Amino acid sequence: MPDYRWPDMAKRKVMGQRISRLDGPVKSAGRAKYPSDMNPQGLLQSALLTSPHAHAKIRSINLDAAKAIPGVVAINTFVQPGAEVQWAGAEIAIVAANTEEAARDAVRAIKIDWEVLPHVVKEENLAKAGTRAKAAGEQVTGDPEKAFSEADVKIEGEYGIPVITHCCLEPHGNVISWKGDKVDFWPSTQAVSTSATQLATLIGVPATQISVTCDYMGGGFGSKFPPDSWGAESAKISKGANGRPVKVFLDRATELTIAGVRPSHFAKIKIGAKSDGSITAWQSDSWSTGGFGGGGMAPIPYVFVNIPNRRNNHAAVSLNAGPQRAWRAPNHPQAAFLTCSALTDLAQKLNMDPLALMQKNAGLTLRAATYTDQLAKAAELMEWKSKYHTPGEGKGTIRRGVGIGVATWGGAGHASKAKCIIHPDGSVEVELGSQDLGTGNRTCISMVAAESLGLPMSAIKVKIGSNDYPASGPSGGSTTIGGVSTSTRKASLNALEKLFEKVAPSLGVPPDQLEAVDSRIQVKGNPNKALSWKQAAQKLGPSKIEEMGENVPAQAAREGLNTLGASGVQMAEVEIDTETGIVKMRKMVAVQDCGLVVNPKTAESQVFGACIMSICSALFEERVMDAVTGRVLNPDMEFYKLAGLPDIGEIVVHMDIQEVHDKRGIIGLGEPCAIGGIAAIANAVHNALGVRVPMVPATADRVLNAIGTKRYA
Amino acid sequence: MDQHYPTHHRYQVKKIRKEGVPVSSNNDSEKDKRNQSGFSRRSWLRGAGIGTSVVGAGVLEQEAEAQGAPKVMSGEVEIALDINGRSRSVKVEPRTTLLDALRNRLDLTGAKRVCDRGTCGACTVSVNGKIVYGCTMLAVDAVGKKIQTIEGIAPEGQLHPVSAAFVNNDAQQCGYCTPGFVMAAKGFLDRTPNPTQEQVEKGLAGNICRCGTYVGVRKAVLEAAKNYRGGSNA
Repeated sequence: MPDYRWPDMAKRKVMGQRISRLDGPVKSAGRAKYPSDMNPQGLLQSALLTSPHAHAKIRSINLDAAKAIPGVVAINTFVQPGAEVQWAGAEIAIVAANTEEAARDAVRAIKIDWEVLPHVVKEENLAKAGTRAKAAGEQVTGDPEKAFSEADVKIEGEYGIPVITHCCLEPHGNVISWKGDKVDFWPSTQAVSTSATQLATLIGVPATQISVTCDYMGGGFGSKFPPDSWGAESAKISKGANGRPVKVFLDRATELTIAGVRPSHFAKIKIGAKSDGSITAWQSDSWSTGGFGGGGMAPIPYVFVNIPNRRNNHAAVSLNAGPQRAWRAPNHPQAAFLTCSALTDLAQKLNMDPLALMQKNAGLTLRAATYTDQLAKAAELMEWKSKYHTPGEGKGTIRRGVGIGVATWGGAGHASKAKCIIHPDGSVEVELGSQDLGTGNRTCISMVAAESLGLPMSAIKVKIGSNDYPASGPSGGSTTIGGVSTSTRKASLNALEKLFEKVAPSLGVPPDQLEAVDSRIQVKGNPNKALSWKQAAQKLGPSKIEEMGENVPAQAAREGLNTLGASGVQMAEVEIDTETGIVKMRKMVAVQDCGLVVNPKTAESQVFGACIMSICSALFEERVMDAVTGRVLNPDMEFYKLAGLPDIGEIVVHMDIQEVHDKRGIIGLGEPCAIGGIAAIANAVHNALGVRVPMVPATADRVLNAIGTKRYA
Repeated sequence: MDQHYPTHHRYQVKKIRKEGVPVSSNNDSEKDKRNQSGFSRRSWLRGAGIGTSVVGAGVLEQEAEAQGAPKVMSGEVEIALDINGRSRSVKVEPRTTLLDALRNRLDLTGAKRVCDRGTCGACTVSVNGKIVYGCTMLAVDAVGKKIQTIEGIAPEGQLHPVSAAFVNNDAQQCGYCTPGFVMAAKGFLDRTPNPTQEQVEKGLAGNICRCGTYVGVRKAVLEAAKNYRGGSNA
């Protein structure tokens, strides 16, 4: 069996290099075909009718007028008369027509007789949620009452972070064709290999008959795993239309209303500490919603998990609003925001620098040495010592402040299989049923194969995005890079071993005395006794080598190729105009470890992106519900506000690449870097003002309200 | 310091006023000229029964007399669009946006439909050398104008210097906003060949990315400024 372990950091030739993403040119030339770009022959366009009511019963559905519209081919309903819908935007019907315009006309012509029922769409005030709030039970560790009574210092605060949506730029949807017993499915998905099985269950076709293709996809962030109801109905319409392909992609309003949200989280938090800053007690009463199903408790206290005495109470609030989906590090950004806000308020009460408070309590984390290092590194890059001041200290209208947020995530590799094919002409293919969400996955697979085979990346053809290839897990939980790198490594080395067997006789040594270096197969350490890669491959005769490699998560820890546990620290500096309440980003710093980093260039991009997403969530982004109509008030991109280019300030990313982390193996990055930024910005606002803006996003009105509680010189 | 909202919303309003061509525009001399397909906008609007200020009150009155209240029709009309230097014949409805004509009817899918209402810039194309949101212009308003899409800025298999700078600086992740950004950046550099970072930020504030690629975009546009025009006003 080959030695699968990663080569030592210093000996790697491709992995660890800053490589531009392989699909960059086709994307930036506008020629990458996303699922929403597919226009196969005979395509039917579609439009959805969704519920205008947040809670209602359907008395009747009349499709006659809609069906009479020229160009309309089919109308399927998702619900039947008598059904009760629980949120505005719920799917009612799908119209397929020769043109999108005709489909939209038909949607408007569908007549539904509704019995409108009462709804609840707001959770900010728990007292008003009534029976829609369900207690999730109490968790107690140690003796919080005693600890609070003995604490030198106590703070109590209330904090909130609202529901936000994924707002994927490519909406959810697919093109699908079902002809005879064959289904061709082009979904915008994070889960190429599992989509067929899930669709099979929905439409009653064996998964073996379903081909899934997704070469590029326009953003998912956790919301694009299932084929969805519209996927299934569009399939049925295609079948009824004799296999004509059907395109269904949500319009922007529907996308922001039903295609997934990140749950809100509110909490009243009490912390007790000794006068030296040692934290002794935690109490939180929290509530959250992720739609009709309520919302679970975020992992609080976050990172500083070993506070000895703790009491947690949580209530899940069910709203008549679109359902939650996984959102980049589910529940962690909320947990970091709640915990780090309360810790910063505690620091203020203790008259301590929050950096010192976190360092003092690093022992309460699971990776004290790493957090201590990372806090120090982030402080250095932020110039924290010169920028930090007593909260609220400063003169004039414009105030500056700095703040901290911390992060932790599991990661590790998902189940993944890869196939490495060496052709007799020397060309190499690597196949995986994986997907590239924009993380650089395709590029990293190529880098791992090139490293393992001693070839340049240009010699490797990476084939992903189809369920024809060996199954690889969905891209969720930062598990892709660990999974695909491990399976690719093993498949490549397994194939190479076969090649060594073929060429060993001509080099006159046993196969285990060969190595692949710089596009040669050579006797170990002897470049003079070598065959070029092409000459070596010619020894295969007519048959190619096809070898598999697999990442089995249960074995991964033993093999050491991928592992669990990433840590990160983010710091932010803001500038606030205390007359207008406007917060402007000056600087962000992200220090992030994620074990072995395959491609620092694309890794940094992911961290930059996560910082910018944090800016969105901390300063701009919020789903606003209308209590009267029960509908989302801002399901668009002018009032559902995301940061633009002028809003981001300077961002410094420090990938914590060092031997000690590298030796742990690959961990994963997408989630851990998307956690601490909101907390950092919220705390920077606090440092600038000296008062807590209790809820993010820290919009001008919230800032001015907070300022109203304090006099400014 | 006066933005209550992310700054792109401010710039977006300006952009549409300046560069978008709403159907109610009065600047009609050019539109009334017969074009190659033998079709004029005014006569077509009459035929379609659309009442706008372009048509004028007299026509509306005649319409009202002839047909009762004016009504919107959804019939298709064949028009010719000058896209990337080629005349392309396409059937559109009066309400079909330029973006939908490109994507749904001409299979030019580089411009993306994201917000579909002039906010995000993913559908950015060039019309008569000006950068516009394809979703805010009707296809019929583009008749007789030179339309350039991302597919037209470089031959297939080659990269425009702006696209190349986006690759070098990893100014893309999922890539769905990227074609719009490239077109906006190209248009911006055409007007501002040697920009400062602040000019880049403001000039491209009308495009939104969800993955958060702005750091790369900022670098890419500054690099492209050097390569694209050689910093001609440096």
